[in-house]
Amino acid sequence: MKHLLSTASLSKADALKIMDVAENLSSISDRPIKKLPTLRGRTIVNLFYEDSTRTKISFEAAAKRLSADVLNFAAKGSSVSKGESLKDTALTLKAMGADAIVVRHPSSGAANQLAHHNWIDANVVNAGDGTHEHPTQALLDAFTIRRVLKNSSGDLTGLNVVIVGDVLHSRVARSNLWLLNTLGAKVTLVAPPTLMPRNIESWPAETSFDLDESLVNADVVMMLRVQQERMQDAYFPTVREYANRYGLTQKRLHVMNAKSIVMHPGPMNRGVEISSQIADSDKSVIVNQVQNGVFVRMAVLYLLLGGQSDDL
Amino acid sequence: MAPESEIRQSAKNGLLLAAEDVSRITSRMSHEILERTANQDLVLLGIPSRGVPFSKRIAQKIFEIEKRQIPIGSLDITMYRDDLRMRAPRPLAETLIPNSGIEDKVVILVDDVLFSGRTIRAALDALSEIGRPAIVQLAVLIDRGHRQLPIRADYVGKNIPTSLDQKVSVKLSEIDGIDEVRVDFGVSR
Repeated sequence: MKHLLSTASLSKADALKIMDVAENLSSISDRPIKKLPTLRGRTIVNLFYEDSTRTKISFEAAAKRLSADVLNFAAKGSSVSKGESLKDTALTLKAMGADAIVVRHPSSGAANQLAHHNWIDANVVNAGDGTHEHPTQALLDAFTIRRVLKNSSGDLTGLNVVIVGDVLHSRVARSNLWLLNTLGAKVTLVAPPTLMPRNIESWPAETSFDLDESLVNADVVMMLRVQQERMQDAYFPTVREYANRYGLTQKRLHVMNAKSIVMHPGPMNRGVEISSQIADSDKSVIVNQVQNGVFVRMAVLYLLLGGQSDDL
Repeated sequence: MAPESEIRQSAKNGLLLAAEDVSRITSRMSHEILERTANQDLVLLGIPSRGVPFSKRIAQKIFEIEKRQIPIGSLDITMYRDDLRMRAPRPLAETLIPNSGIEDKVVILVDDVLFSGRTIRAALDALSEIGRPAIVQLAVLIDRGHRQLPIRADYVGKNIPTSLDQKVSVKLSEIDGIDEVRVDFGVSR
């Protein structure tokens, strides 16, 4: 494994390896010195063409805990706003000696292009490309589910995961769908018809337009953010109507399985896709997701950069 | 322990220590540890993979001798290795530090084979980031020589002079289903 570009192309063995390494790395957060010398002297560039708080900070924390040097590159205020192409930026980063590039880009396929065009020989980690994929988010979600519901080992066979909301624009939904499928979980996508992608029949998932019906058998309820910034058209009449039909509210709690958990990749629109009571309840593992994100990203950086890359 | 001549005899077919030998050696090492650390606060840390079951055996032996439970744990040193970039990334093993900690204790690192000393160097680095023991000692089942660093063991089960192309393989029943130590000749012989 030289790059991590998508979960659709990730084998089950590699996914489990990442999760197992993350599990072992999680113990360092209990130590007085939360740092490992493993990637000393390696340079990791965070190349972010799109706003992000937690993903960027999470990657930065992960890299720093492995003692790597981190360079942050935000498109805003850089030469990108002067019209520099992805290729020229890549060549610049190569000249500066980047060993790995963590890239987020508004265009689907940007990470793939960076990895496979011979512009650079660095390892590429996709931190979200357009509406395509966000593989580390899916890995940290699967890792969180496994820790809470499966005793921290093995795959996710037998679990019902319901993914609710803006499936059309969501790279998190896509990455999760592929990975959860690889790990043996059963996925149901719930969205209003306008936010359901075309060709959904060819995806390995059930679909439904009715949230309450889908909640009954769910072990995991994953709420997606309503992505106002990607919506040029009106996909639903009003925010209130959306919240009523597809929002996870207190009144839906009684149809849910007692042991089920609620997830959200963040940032949340409280009162739209998830109510504050649910987000702050003990069913919510949203804070665990953020914490686990650092361990999973450490595992990914270690597995990509820690050894001789072509041997994996 | 078997007489020298007998060991030399069996070494011809590669077998160096059988299950009884391993058991006697463990017992002797446990007595040595108790003798040299009398009344001090001990912690045994096994280095994965075979250092871990070996450290448990020593703890068990000490319990049989003195009816005293020694805190045991494991210390994974993968992330501290200096040869990481020369090999494929390897999966990590578990690091378990006893709840009582290692601060101001006598920590005994336990491993199966002492060879270049690089594993132990990495273990010392790993240890220093977890706490500050009063004393750190090293117990190994086999010392095969060829040190590349100024490191020595405090307790040695068996010294085996080897050449570099020989391979020492330690098997412990917890992992391999059998207790034995073999020395095989490298392919170049």
